[in-house]
Amino acid sequence: MKSENDTKAEKKTEKKIMTGAGILWECLEREGVKHVFGYPGGAILPAYDALKHSKIHHILVRHEQGATHMADGYARATGQLGVAVATSGPGATNMVTGIATAMLDSSPILCITGQVGSKLIGSDAFQETDITGITLPITKHNYLVTRADEVARTIREAAYVARSGRPGPVLVDITKDAQQSTCEFDWEAAKPQMPGYRPDLSPAPEEYKKALDLIHSAKRPVILAGHGILISGAMREVITLAERGGIPVALTLLGLGVVPASHPLNLGMMGMHGEAWVNHTIQEADLLIALGMRFDDRVTGNLKTYAPNAKKIHVEVDPAEVNKNVKVDVALVGDLREVLHELLPKIESPDRGEWLHHIDELKGDAAVRDIQNLPDNGHLYAAHVINDLWRETRESNTIVVTDVGQHQMWEAQYYKHEQPRSLITSGGLGTMGFALPAAIGAKVARPDAEVWVIVGDGGFQMTLCELATIMQEKIKVNVAIINNGYLGMVRQWQEFFYERNYAATPLLNPDFAKLAEAYGMRGITVKERSQVIPTVKSVREHNGPVVIDFRVEQEDTVYPMVAAGAALHDMIRRPTPLVETADDE
Amino acid sequence: MMNTYVVYVENKPGVLTRVASLFRRRAFNIDSLTVGRTEKPEVSRMTITVDADYDQARRIEANLYKLVNVLLVENITESPAIIRDLAMIKVAATHDARSHVLELASVFRARVVDVAPESLTIEITGTEDKIDGLLEVLRPYGVLEMVRTGIVAMRRGNKGAVLAPSLNSGVGEIASDEGISYSV
Ligand SMILES: Cc1ncc(C[n+]2csc(CCOP(=O)(O)OP(=O)(O)O)c2C)c(N)n1
Ligand SMILES: [Mg+2]
Repeated sequence: MKSENDTKAEKKTEKKIMTGAGILWECLEREGVKHVFGYPGGAILPAYDALKHSKIHHILVRHEQGATHMADGYARATGQLGVAVATSGPGATNMVTGIATAMLDSSPILCITGQVGSKLIGSDAFQETDITGITLPITKHNYLVTRADEVARTIREAAYVARSGRPGPVLVDITKDAQQSTCEFDWEAAKPQMPGYRPDLSPAPEEYKKALDLIHSAKRPVILAGHGILISGAMREVITLAERGGIPVALTLLGLGVVPASHPLNLGMMGMHGEAWVNHTIQEADLLIALGMRFDDRVTGNLKTYAPNAKKIHVEVDPAEVNKNVKVDVALVGDLREVLHELLPKIESPDRGEWLHHIDELKGDAAVRDIQNLPDNGHLYAAHVINDLWRETRESNTIVVTDVGQHQMWEAQYYKHEQPRSLITSGGLGTMGFALPAAIGAKVARPDAEVWVIVGDGGFQMTLCELATIMQEKIKVNVAIINNGYLGMVRQWQEFFYERNYAATPLLNPDFAKLAEAYGMRGITVKERSQVIPTVKSVREHNGPVVIDFRVEQEDTVYPMVAAGAALHDMIRRPTPLVETADDE
Repeated sequence: MMNTYVVYVENKPGVLTRVASLFRRRAFNIDSLTVGRTEKPEVSRMTITVDADYDQARRIEANLYKLVNVLLVENITESPAIIRDLAMIKVAATHDARSHVLELASVFRARVVDVAPESLTIEITGTEDKIDGLLEVLRPYGVLEMVRTGIVAMRRGNKGAVLAPSLNSGVGEIASDEGISYSV
């Protein structure tokens, strides 16, 4: 017999009999998902069939890695959940790189994979792989679903885990029979049940006091601003902290944009290819206030010599990051925005003019060494291309998506990001092939934005098949290939550390402009500096997607550089005047 | 330093793999790991010992907490606790040696659980040191086979472990921390 309460609940939620596949899409819709990126196959076919009843728009990719990067770009452009779909076996394993990329950059993506029928699991059936086993260490969490009545709760949990706390990728592997069979669908009853999951930590009260004491007694403080600021949405609070305390801000690669580049307290990027004065500032500081960053080896250099005289405050949502690489004096573990809300009213405004003046002096001759200010020798440099692109697009709502390599570092140096989420790049994993698909995801998420891909000639060829996706979906993204004929960043390491033995780094490339034309898009080749701005202008006016092949100086080098394992202040600087070039030799 | 953790996890398939994989992934070497049931059917309990310094130990704890299926982690290294290992030792005991072996077993309060013409099997429960002690004195007679369970541990005193209020509660209902202190 039913109690009165049960009958009431029934009326309210109106239960339906649905297939697991139908429940999948229904739950994704209710989670706010509007687009998914995917590729079909046998084990996920029931889900694809059920898509016809859903409002969700499916974008057919050309490779499942692309689907994961698109979901990732979608997530990074908006903070919303990005969703990728693939079949079992090879479809699922093709996702691995994209999942690891999202994991290391804390990007909320949900990967749905089909799996062989539950009775066949463990039998090495056709296209069976243990994808939950494979992705165990590279997902925030994953699930194997073998029954239709587990689909709803799992999707709700997966979406919640992916987005909350420190975000990350979640994979849900659904057997074919779980997609096909039917059960009662009840959204309310499928509430997440995760008694052990606690994304909402907050610091102990006495820690705030310690942090404030350190901040107030510091003479040479610097804020280290990372990706966590963006994820937490604490941009305003960080700027207020900097302004109120007169504290300069250094940014990580993934932090670029959280404080406008033009802000007087913004020093620029730190780390391996950061500006020299930024790294010197960190080394001379007496207090580091690390906000949503994790002291990656690319920003610290040698830990033994890192900021030796500085006390350290670490504000971080993930307790496992505390005291991992750098031992800190105070840790405020919790949501950055909430922590700063607590701190800000108590921040005093001492005069830190002397420190800021000193930092200005640290800039020294950096401007003179800047490639922008060197006499025009007729060569086209990547820095020119990126700087000109910035000049042309800075006023509009632009998202730049980069790949990995030298061009990525030049982008970080020469494109001055004013807005949060205006740079999307693979930081932690450094995944070549990320840019083009991630840009597609970004454009789908933010159709109002002007989306530019800055990609190397090497990395472009890892995922260029997605040009077809662009055409099929009529997506306007502009692709600027920084074509130096080399796996440039690796060549640079060979130049410095392997006696210029350019083993396996020169590239014989196709004609990228023609390739673009073969896909049905416009393709342009640019060899001269004077052509950069006119080309960018015409590309922006063009309705469809464009690929521009910028033939840049082949043996240019990213400066400054902190060699792996060297002290942060020990930088290789660009010699003045300009280094000899390939043509000069 | 050897650290001892008591870890409560959801009793679900794959959870042991997740915990074990975490140690491998973060390059910590598990010295001993035991899993078993608890007073609640939906909860399993692990006792894990691992060699780690102070900061590493705390990071292990934080990483364990990040696993969605982990309910509670207690590092009981510094707490008064009852720690037990169980061993079964098959020792060669021919006619002459038999009475000596029996005597040693009784000194250690161990029990003989199997008697065969040429051997005795002894069961002993206790701290690892105690078992090591018995092993040491039995070795000269010839240890034919030995198995140890690895340690299980429990804090002394009245207080039981405080798990999240109910495993059936939704996410929103879980008591959140009062604040954690991570300074040094
Ligand atoms: C998938 C992958 N394989 C290899 C690497 C190692 N790697 C880092 S940068 C780089 C060269 C990139 O060359 P290109 O795309 O032409 O960019 P450039 O450095 O020339 O700007 C390589 C091979 C990587 N990061 N990712
Ligand atoms: Mg290149």
